[in-house]
Amino acid sequence: MSRSFTRSPVFWPAVGLIALVVLNTAVNPAFLKITLLDGHLFGTPIDILTQGSRTMLLALGMTLVIATGGVDLSVGSVVAIAGAVCALMLQGGHSLALTIVAALAVGGAAGAVNGTLVARIGIQPIVATLILMVAGRGVAQLLAGGQVLIVKHAGFGYLANGFFLTLPVAPLLVGGLFVVTQLVVRRTAIGLFLEAVGDNETASRFAGLAAARVKILAYVFCGACAGLAGVLWAANVGAADANRSGENAELDAIFAVVVGGTALTGGRFVLAGSLLGAVLIQTLTISMYNLGISPAVAPVPKALLIVGVSLLQSDRLRRWLAGLWTRGGKGTA
Amino acid sequence: MPDSALLRLRGVTKRFPGVIALSGVDFSVRAGEVHALLGENGAGKSTLIKVLTGVHPPDAGEFVLDGRPISARSPKEAEAAGISTVYQEVNLIPGLSVAENIALGRQPGRFGFVDWRAVRRHAREALARLEIECDVDAELGSLSVALQQMVAIARALDLRARLLILDEPTASLDEKEVAELFSVMRRLRGEGLGLIFVTHFLDQVYAISDRITVLRNGQLVGEYVTAELPRLKLVGHMLGREVHDEAGRVDVTPVAREAAAPLLEARGLARRGAVHPLDLTLRRGEVTGLAGLLGSGRTETARLLFGIDAADAGEIRVRGDRVSLGAPRDAVRLGLAFCSEDRKIEGILPNLSVRENLILALQAKRGVWRTLARAEQDKLCEHYIAALRIKTPGPETPIRNLSGGNQQKVLLARWLATQPELIILDEPTRGIDVGAKAEIEQLVAKLRADGLAVLLISSEIEEIVRNCSRVLVMRERRLEAEVAADNLTTGRLMRAMAGGHRE
Repeated sequence: MSRSFTRSPVFWPAVGLIALVVLNTAVNPAFLKITLLDGHLFGTPIDILTQGSRTMLLALGMTLVIATGGVDLSVGSVVAIAGAVCALMLQGGHSLALTIVAALAVGGAAGAVNGTLVARIGIQPIVATLILMVAGRGVAQLLAGGQVLIVKHAGFGYLANGFFLTLPVAPLLVGGLFVVTQLVVRRTAIGLFLEAVGDNETASRFAGLAAARVKILAYVFCGACAGLAGVLWAANVGAADANRSGENAELDAIFAVVVGGTALTGGRFVLAGSLLGAVLIQTLTISMYNLGISPAVAPVPKALLIVGVSLLQSDRLRRWLAGLWTRGGKGTA
Repeated sequence: MPDSALLRLRGVTKRFPGVIALSGVDFSVRAGEVHALLGENGAGKSTLIKVLTGVHPPDAGEFVLDGRPISARSPKEAEAAGISTVYQEVNLIPGLSVAENIALGRQPGRFGFVDWRAVRRHAREALARLEIECDVDAELGSLSVALQQMVAIARALDLRARLLILDEPTASLDEKEVAELFSVMRRLRGEGLGLIFVTHFLDQVYAISDRITVLRNGQLVGEYVTAELPRLKLVGHMLGREVHDEAGRVDVTPVAREAAAPLLEARGLARRGAVHPLDLTLRRGEVTGLAGLLGSGRTETARLLFGIDAADAGEIRVRGDRVSLGAPRDAVRLGLAFCSEDRKIEGILPNLSVRENLILALQAKRGVWRTLARAEQDKLCEHYIAALRIKTPGPETPIRNLSGGNQQKVLLARWLATQPELIILDEPTRGIDVGAKAEIEQLVAKLRADGLAVLLISSEIEEIVRNCSRVLVMRERRLEAEVAADNLTTGRLMRAMAGGHRE
């Protein structure tokens, strides 16, 4: 294995994912089996991608916010708001396209509020986004009139559970967004500006960057991603539940980003790492069902996984382990 | 009468990797005196204080307080030995009450319970000693900076304290507050304490201190009685130049500066607490020096010109048009560039590559969408790495891995890549090696020849004399004098920097 590969930020989440897959295959040899049924692909890997697509989407937006040195705790609540908006729009007879645009706009607006609080008013990101995290559920409840809104719309359900050319729609959609985002941030100067602001905001401002604008942009993008995730959430269950949609989703998204090699201190970010991190978390969730672990204790293995991968990413721990290795090596030589 | 010394240090030496911060320094403070400790940046003042208060262990030296040898290995031990320190930034906790701040870390009480009545009584006594009236239950953050400073002194002054060190206590105080602080200092001096006063303001040195010790480049220059030391001599000692020395005179190629149109003009530019109203003109093809002692307002002026801080009054014209600079971005778009003195905080993006650091300002100037193609970026890097002889393994190396001088060159390249018309260089050669220093000075000459306006800020008087065709001198946050090329000597500059006509 080449040295540069082991140093790549996606190396350790990839190792974690492979380890999980090996464990699952040992318990259930059919774990990786994918079958073609009625022209659709079926199997656990497909389930992981379909069910994990929402976390992937949230992790995509979260990556850019974390790159600026911030964090967005409100994405779970924005999912609930966007879900309620979708249900109301479709119940009101509006077109699917307009509904999606409305969800994106609501998410973007929420992000603009977060971004303004952080970048212009100077509130700490955790506090600023905590406001909407708490208040957002209330807004969603208000919109839904305190009820779970049922949505019956064929095209809407297709977004979350449908297939396109035998492939599941939701992961295709999210994967496509990842590719487009990656191209846009790396081909334009957006990526550089995000990393510059996250690495040293003062120096970036002194170099002529509109640091506040860059930050707000990241929050707006993150909010729009959450809005779209809200569409998928409501489409998946065919209902908008202001209490349960996107519950704890912000934490999964942050975990996915951090596990994927983007530091919470900001600066360098790795979109592919976040994608892998989201897949890793979803694989773990599904593994626990497969291994018959009760949902009540499910957070424990999740926590262990996160601690494990985070530790492996620590240079200091790796040096320490490497030290043990060389000392051991000398002993046997 | 050396035996009357309260504190006597002999032969104090402290080495850091690659630098000798203090070499064989002697220093003594008497009981009942205010002793000013002076020197320019890097003179060793703060190292001396840190060694004395146990923050850094000394490599050599003898420490005697009150006739007893001391060897503080931590600030706590120093405090127990009778040495109390108030640092420049008030390092108290704004969210706690005055009484809590004074008691923090040594709360009276038993079994882990705090005796709050004793805490408040102790705080009242400590403040009464300084004759400060202040509600001990008030939240510290709600007090003025001056009052916070007094609380810091009250906290520092244990009953056993024999020596009080004040490290730039007046940096953020206004005149009235300074007067209040001085009256507290006089009271403590009357009680027989020894006070060490570190400051950059010479007026204050002459207002309060009894004796002065000057350090330069980690060495003792001398110890003087304040009343017997003329200001100009003092500045000479601090800068390491004799006053009557006219040898520093250099021939600066006279530039046809009446012909050159002014690039930037400031009229009545001011900011409260930073700079008093000043006028200045910067012309193309001219290196204008901005000289002054530390704290004289040089950097503050540069920050106003670059839109980092907003001016309260006055106007700036660039190429004759009145401009409003709300942020550095506006200045960059007008063709201005500013290389900050604080490389770490205001300059580099440590984890990003040399390439990314280099193109940042140009890319910011162009905006997000007009992205510099990677080939162009590489070409720029290649050009500047060669032209400025930047030593780096490659353009993709994180800039934090480079030496200070090479980081500075990358930052210069960052600004040169924007093809500015005015470049402000704030201490461009601080903390870098001699070779890089000479290269940067050559670069300044080249920029001038290319027709740029250059504003060079430096604490090194020779550097100013060598490179500038005209020098603006600041003192105590005021633009004090302008020295033209034909009059430019270190002596004249120093006289202007020292100010005060009490020689």
